[in-house]
Amino acid sequence: MKIDKNVMQKIAKNARLELTEEEVNEFLPQLNDVLEYFSILNEFKEDIEPAFHPISIKNVYRGDIVEPSLSPSEALSNAKNKKDNYFKGPKVLK
Amino acid sequence: MNVHDYVENVKSGNIDVVEYIENVLEEAERINSAYNYYTTICSDLAIGLAKMVKNNPKGKLAGVPVSVKDCICVKGVETTSSSDILKGYKPVFHATVVQKLINEGAIIIGKTVQDEFGFGSFSVNVGKSFKVPLNPVDPLRSCGGSSGGAAGVAAKSNLVHLSLAESTGGSIACPSSFCGVNGFTPTYGNVSRYGLIDYGSSLDKIGVIGKDLNGVELMFDVIKGHDANDSTSIEHINEKKEITKVAVIKSAFDVDDKVKSIVEKKLSDIEYDEIELPLTKKYSLSSYSIIAMAEASTNLAKFCGMRYGAQPDITMPYNEQFTKVRSNNLGKETKRRIIIGTFARMSGYRDAYYIKALKVRQAIINEYKKTFKTYDALISPTMPILPPLLKNIENLNPLDIYKMDQLTVGVNLAGLPHLSSNAGYFEGLPVGMMVVGNHFNDNAIFDYVRKTW
Repeated sequence: MKIDKNVMQKIAKNARLELTEEEVNEFLPQLNDVLEYFSILNEFKEDIEPAFHPISIKNVYRGDIVEPSLSPSEALSNAKNKKDNYFKGPKVLK
Repeated sequence: MNVHDYVENVKSGNIDVVEYIENVLEEAERINSAYNYYTTICSDLAIGLAKMVKNNPKGKLAGVPVSVKDCICVKGVETTSSSDILKGYKPVFHATVVQKLINEGAIIIGKTVQDEFGFGSFSVNVGKSFKVPLNPVDPLRSCGGSSGGAAGVAAKSNLVHLSLAESTGGSIACPSSFCGVNGFTPTYGNVSRYGLIDYGSSLDKIGVIGKDLNGVELMFDVIKGHDANDSTSIEHINEKKEITKVAVIKSAFDVDDKVKSIVEKKLSDIEYDEIELPLTKKYSLSSYSIIAMAEASTNLAKFCGMRYGAQPDITMPYNEQFTKVRSNNLGKETKRRIIIGTFARMSGYRDAYYIKALKVRQAIINEYKKTFKTYDALISPTMPILPPLLKNIENLNPLDIYKMDQLTVGVNLAGLPHLSSNAGYFEGLPVGMMVVGNHFNDNAIFDYVRKTW
């Protein structure tokens, strides 16, 4: 599998990145080198369960009990764009 | 002075902890101006904590100066993972590990610089507005990464110091090796990740770096334990099984002859068998890189210039706005890893890359677990090279750099505890050797290294 410029731009769009022409030209051979190296995994044929964690993890549940948490002013303390105790974000609908 | 003696002197009043911390802050400023280890030195917090300890000298780490890797949240202190996209972010809570340290009397001195989000092995991938930390032995060379600032400051401080660090694929062991100090990476899940800015959530482990091995273990004992705020934190009683039978990984000696000569010399006093880990050798770097980058690309999706960190005025619709903030504030290596990680998860490629990497990971874990049925610990060099000259790193391509982690990614994939300690020096440059233990046999590694080195 080789990535070309179009695929690279599609991935970048999915990842919400805008790459400059210079970045695309620099990254393209580098990423193809890396992917070629990764292709060694094709030699592994055993079909076993994927390990999402290094050790077995159990689901943790807690009771639906209200506990002390951040106040609105604390939660908003790092936000520059805010209004009436809410975060202010860019428009979603045109 | 070692950490235990220092704590006793603080408790008995022989050391005035406020005066001592003032000296530590002065030393930190002095070292930082030459070596760039800190992103922030938090003098006010440090003096405040020192006064509290002076009034009430209690705790296992009473008065001990501690630095915190920049990816770990300290309430009210700028925490950025050394990325421009988090510039200005001041957490409103302490990470669990930081709270535990403060509860035991530790004094937080500042935040240490790292590769942006942990993406690197040489600490040269810091965000645009950060400075590259320099090796404490030779400032023309790299400290290693990604916990470069943490290892550098631990090595360079003459006053008592322990560093809180973090490893995803070798980010504690590598800089510890290059700076000539001890770096301990615990079993995955043994230490809470709550308040850690994630890189790869199934790989990240918070650990400790320091000159004083007993001090490193003391700090590990303080930070370990189950935390309800971290769903991958394990409720597990650590049973200590003494390390008596060890094996050396033969192919791990396929490294620079200078490194090899020092490690072999160290091993001449130790009894061991030689083994091979063929699956780990062949596949661990590919499996690790795919998993780490896939997880990183999802973890970093939340950084979009809203709520905290870099927040330009809102002038565009959300897609364009988020894309612009990310493109302007993330570094080159971060972009590369996001691209590879996103690709590995995309429909059509997911099974071939991401799922395949996870299956291989299981096979690698099985290979280690089988080995631990016969042996209590595995030994290898930590890094394949001596600390490199910074000017030579510029000529390496990304794949060459990823390959530098060949000896550390396997154990990190398997979440095994490991300690890198100094094995000696080649023409003045430190060489690290790594002891890897079985899951949750963390403390036995310290006993073994104390006994045999």
